[in-house]
Amino acid sequence: MNALTHPLTHLVNLQSPLNLNEYSQQGGYLGAEKALKEYSPSQVLDIVKNSQLKGRGGAGFPTGMKWSFVPHYDESDARSQDNKYLVCNADEMEPGTFKDRLLLEGVPHQLIEAMIIAAYTIGANKAYIFLRGEYHLAAKRIESALKEAYQANWLGENIQGSEYQLDLYLHTSAGRYICGEETALINALEGKRANPRAKPPFPQVAGLFGKPTIVNNVETLSNLPHILKNGPDWFINISPNSDAGSKIYGACGRIKNPGLWELPMGVTIGEVLNTHAGGMQDGLKLKGLLPGGASTDFLLPEHLDTPMDYDSIAKAGSRLGTGGLIVLDDKNCPVAMVLNLLQFFAQESCGWCTPCRDGTPWAVEILTRIEQGKGTIDDIDSLLKLCDFMWIGKTHCALAPGAVEPLKSALTYFNDEFMQHIEHGCCPYHGAY
Amino acid sequence: MEIIKTITVHPKDYLTSQELAEIDHEISIMETREAAGIEALKVVQAHRGWISDESLHVIATYLRMSSAELEGVATFYNLIYRQPVGKYVIHLCDSVSCHLTGYQQVLNAIVQHLNIGYGQTTEDNLFTLLSNVCLGGCDKAPVMMIGKQHYEHLTPEKAVEIITALQNQNQNENVEVEL
Ligand SMILES: Cc1cc2nc3c(=O)[nH]c(=O)nc-3n(C[C@H](O)[C@H](O)[C@H](O)COP(=O)(O)O)c2cc1C
Ligand code: SF4
Ligand code: FES
Repeated sequence: MNALTHPLTHLVNLQSPLNLNEYSQQGGYLGAEKALKEYSPSQVLDIVKNSQLKGRGGAGFPTGMKWSFVPHYDESDARSQDNKYLVCNADEMEPGTFKDRLLLEGVPHQLIEAMIIAAYTIGANKAYIFLRGEYHLAAKRIESALKEAYQANWLGENIQGSEYQLDLYLHTSAGRYICGEETALINALEGKRANPRAKPPFPQVAGLFGKPTIVNNVETLSNLPHILKNGPDWFINISPNSDAGSKIYGACGRIKNPGLWELPMGVTIGEVLNTHAGGMQDGLKLKGLLPGGASTDFLLPEHLDTPMDYDSIAKAGSRLGTGGLIVLDDKNCPVAMVLNLLQFFAQESCGWCTPCRDGTPWAVEILTRIEQGKGTIDDIDSLLKLCDFMWIGKTHCALAPGAVEPLKSALTYFNDEFMQHIEHGCCPYHGAY
Repeated sequence: MEIIKTITVHPKDYLTSQELAEIDHEISIMETREAAGIEALKVVQAHRGWISDESLHVIATYLRMSSAELEGVATFYNLIYRQPVGKYVIHLCDSVSCHLTGYQQVLNAIVQHLNIGYGQTTEDNLFTLLSNVCLGGCDKAPVMMIGKQHYEHLTPEKAVEIITALQNQNQNENVEVEL
């Protein structure tokens, strides 16, 4: 494990994260120094574009391209004086996802360094870390790292004599999954109810306080110091046959060794599950899994050879999402699992648009009925109709389609189990766990 | 009239200097006063345990926004308590990884031990029980959070032990637990 093979996690120390001096001795802040002293913002943008870095927040949008949508005005144009903002999305509330927490608690200076690079590139002088309220330890560690960074002039005015100024602040939130959706996050930061905004305009043009804003995930940003230090070719060559770079994969459920591993992009699902997570617990068999958090489609044991990158997982019928496997064993009821997922989405729906506000609780009602053995065959049709009502294009944001993904795929793959509930009038798994 | 009196309390007569200092800091890092709303609610809640109507009015006045608007924000968030809560708020994760690894048994044990359900507070005002979405400890599921502390790898026995330890600590008046 070293800086070239495990750039994101090689400096992680969960017991006691490196302070600024220790982090600098390990090559920390060299990436930011290079960016500020050797390159213009547009040169850094080219480097990030060439690295082919894609967003790790779930959608996999190319980071360099996203940044290039931030408008640049002539100095004669009054708008050139306007603020721009960088926001780090550290809201991590997708069930089954715990990768950003590792970086936030384990190596906070890496994120600060990364944000200096990103903010410099897009021309932002103010940046925020939007942290979920439950991550108390991360908040404490980020606050103390921020203090050190200000003292060492990595934040504030005239950073390291470069004439570049950046103020970086921590905002701690107070719950609600929807705050992680980037336009809802912007409303939350403005002190408003966290309902998503209509797009366009996109945040890159009109975001926080109406000004150009880039929102990036913790893991996405944390790659930047290393890309600056080692170059885009190195980044691409970490995983020559797949999307560029490394990825923090996770696995949880009733498996032998749940956890997180930084691996080259594109390792197979089976490698993560069997080699790293140790396979299923004794006496249990793999029934299915969600490859990237709660809002991804189920995959089956037959998909274990699928590489965990954006295209391959999409071809298999799901999404890479956050790269955290949620593993379903053969003694947990698939209907109960889907019910639990839909309860989550129903509770976390922000209530703005009808298909989601009404559709998710309706799905919960039907699934509860089926799980209790009171469902009918018509209920399956109703669920399929709901999946259609809540699909992309019919809702105001991606939360509802995210709820459809596990539901619809479960109806396909676990049809037998749904039918057993209906035909036998009870849950066949009842009491198994 | 009770209501008029409530709204006309001056924030500086109601909020402590420490609360004001913390809220002022939050205002200073945002572009508008309103944007400090959620952090201001959290500041007052940290000092007073929950957000009463009076606190809400006062914070809204201080941020120069309407109470109705701030109420809309306050009630949106599950970590803002708009009702009195116990000294310890138990946030038990009920999301999918915990569901797969024994959440229901842990919940049953807590409910039985404290004799309260979700949304309720024990008679001695020590514990309030709430569910929480995924706490980001799925590899160590089941998980709960009490105050700022996360407790992982829960079993029904372990959950009851943790709660009993807090009960015992509280009987022993001198021992304060860091929350
Ligand atoms: C309901 C919902 C919740 C989301 N939650 C998060 C989150 O907690 N963290 C995150 O990074 N992205 C989250 N996203 C994705 C963000 O909207 C956004 O795409 C992402 O932060 C962009 O960062 P990236 O380009 O670096 O991936 C969420 C999206 C939706 C629809
Ligand atoms: S899809 Fe759901 S979460 Fe998204 S805007 Fe509509 S109601 Fe809100
Ligand atoms: S599902 Fe309980 S901690 Fe993630």
